[in-house]
Amino acid sequence: MFTKYLLRRLIYVIPTLLITTFVVFSLILLIPGDPVVALLGENATPEKIAQLQEQMGLNKPIIIQYGDWLLNAVQGDLGRSLFTGEPVFDAVIGRLGVTLQLVVISTIISVSFGMLFAVISVYFPNNLLDYLARFVSIVGASFPNFWIAMLLVILFSLHLGWFPSTGFTNITDNPGGFLKTVMLPAISLGAIGIAVITRHLRSSLLEVMESDYVRTAYSKGNSRWKAIFSHGLRNAMLPVVTTIGIGFGNAIGGTVVIETIFAIPGVGQLAVNAILQRDFMILQGVILILIMLVIIINFITDIIYAILDPRIEY
Amino acid sequence: MSIKEVFHRFKQERIAFISFIFLVMLSVVAIFAPFIVPYDPNQQDLVNVLANPSLSHWLGTDNLGKDIFSQVMMGTRTAIQASIFAILIPLFIGVPLGIMAGYIGGLVDDIFMRIIDAIMAIPGILLALGITAALGISLWNAMIAIGIVSIPQFARLARGQTLQIRTEPYVEAAKISGAGPLWTMYKHIIPNILPPILVQASVNISFAVLTETSLSFLGMGAQSPQISWGSMIEQAYSLINLNPWLIVYPGIATALTVMAGNFVGDGLRVAIDPKLKG
Repeated sequence: MFTKYLLRRLIYVIPTLLITTFVVFSLILLIPGDPVVALLGENATPEKIAQLQEQMGLNKPIIIQYGDWLLNAVQGDLGRSLFTGEPVFDAVIGRLGVTLQLVVISTIISVSFGMLFAVISVYFPNNLLDYLARFVSIVGASFPNFWIAMLLVILFSLHLGWFPSTGFTNITDNPGGFLKTVMLPAISLGAIGIAVITRHLRSSLLEVMESDYVRTAYSKGNSRWKAIFSHGLRNAMLPVVTTIGIGFGNAIGGTVVIETIFAIPGVGQLAVNAILQRDFMILQGVILILIMLVIIINFITDIIYAILDPRIEY
Repeated sequence: MSIKEVFHRFKQERIAFISFIFLVMLSVVAIFAPFIVPYDPNQQDLVNVLANPSLSHWLGTDNLGKDIFSQVMMGTRTAIQASIFAILIPLFIGVPLGIMAGYIGGLVDDIFMRIIDAIMAIPGILLALGITAALGISLWNAMIAIGIVSIPQFARLARGQTLQIRTEPYVEAAKISGAGPLWTMYKHIIPNILPPILVQASVNISFAVLTETSLSFLGMGAQSPQISWGSMIEQAYSLINLNPWLIVYPGIATALTVMAGNFVGDGLRVAIDPKLKG
């Protein structure tokens, strides 16, 4: 039964893949004028222009161009960097690990703090802590992530000197160093997630706490604390699973800005540098692979949701 | 439900109403900024560099002696412009598409929703970045990109609302009495889906301002001498050792605008549908 459900969801993903890849491909159609000249600059040699024209197959109909491009992409051929000549796929995949580490830590931070604030807020209604949690849930989503990053740098690197303000250490190289370098960027990236999860989980918890089974749990003599933890949270988390998935996607988008501030050599920084160097192929590759990642995460979120919610029939 | 009633209820949502007035004031500042700024925001004054807030420079000056308060005011202009793009482009492209899909229904609607859902899976800032890079880096193109990225949200909402209203008795009655599809959409569907669209428009101000400041921060939006809160923060970052306050002002301006957009959206939602309150 479950395998059948899994298969059906997988088939669902196919149109999403086709449409998003088409969007990424068609970005090149937005380039005004002759894209080859625009990409290579006015001083490009005729050979280089001919080579890129050949590579992009620009004289064919759009749908054929897309088909060719997709076929190559599936085989890991996303073209070559216009700047360094390096294969785009290698450049992006080589930096993906760093970005993934950052995004995973930021998601862990937003989920744990989001849960903490939501539980505190529901456990102490109309208490100072409740107001604080609600304040965080509004403010955390209102400031730009790069601004939060800067405040953290001013406070924790420049004044207190606890964390470095730039750079990145891989978790496999040095776990302690990794934690030190990942902390500030991950918090800045996860701030909006903390806010959104707090708000969503709080309202979901409040609703669940009114339900019959929680009232039953009370009447059996359970404490408020136990009612929240063993009955409330489990059920309230269900709708929040989707929020966490969306937050993961947003965090992936946010790496573009955060990696630039902290000089983290991930794909986000690669994308920004690519734009500054007018290396459209690299930018396209980064966007494509990040979107694939988001689609995979959305798929996993769907599956987790189905496993957690017994009401969903496979 | 009359507009008067909605407005009356909206006025009672205190935070939302204050936020609304704040946004109106920002718009006024945005329109008249070039005429009411106390100083030319790009005018250097090398005698008065990094001045502290004072009566002559309310928020102080930066490392070149440019007046910060004037810069924040000009940044308002950029933020409001981005918001207008982020509302008008989806309003004139996304909403009609959504209404048509919802009205036609069937296979057309299925395909339409697949496309919208797929595009919405793409993180907004990434898509905006890609579009800006393709069109060419400029503030204008960044705003167009923000508008394009907002289209799916509006289209999806318009489609959902249309689906609901399409089967209402009065719409059926109009159809039976011979009203054509265009007339039905214009006379019955558009007026009825407008309130939720308004809520979305207000919430979208937040997305527009955050994305515009992010793009400008990365150098993909406002280009000097254009001023954005994002580029102000970017410049202030290199001066944090000299004066960390320079970061604070544009950041707070951004956050207040984003919050105002969200609060107005929440308040409108409740004013339109009082059952939601609580």
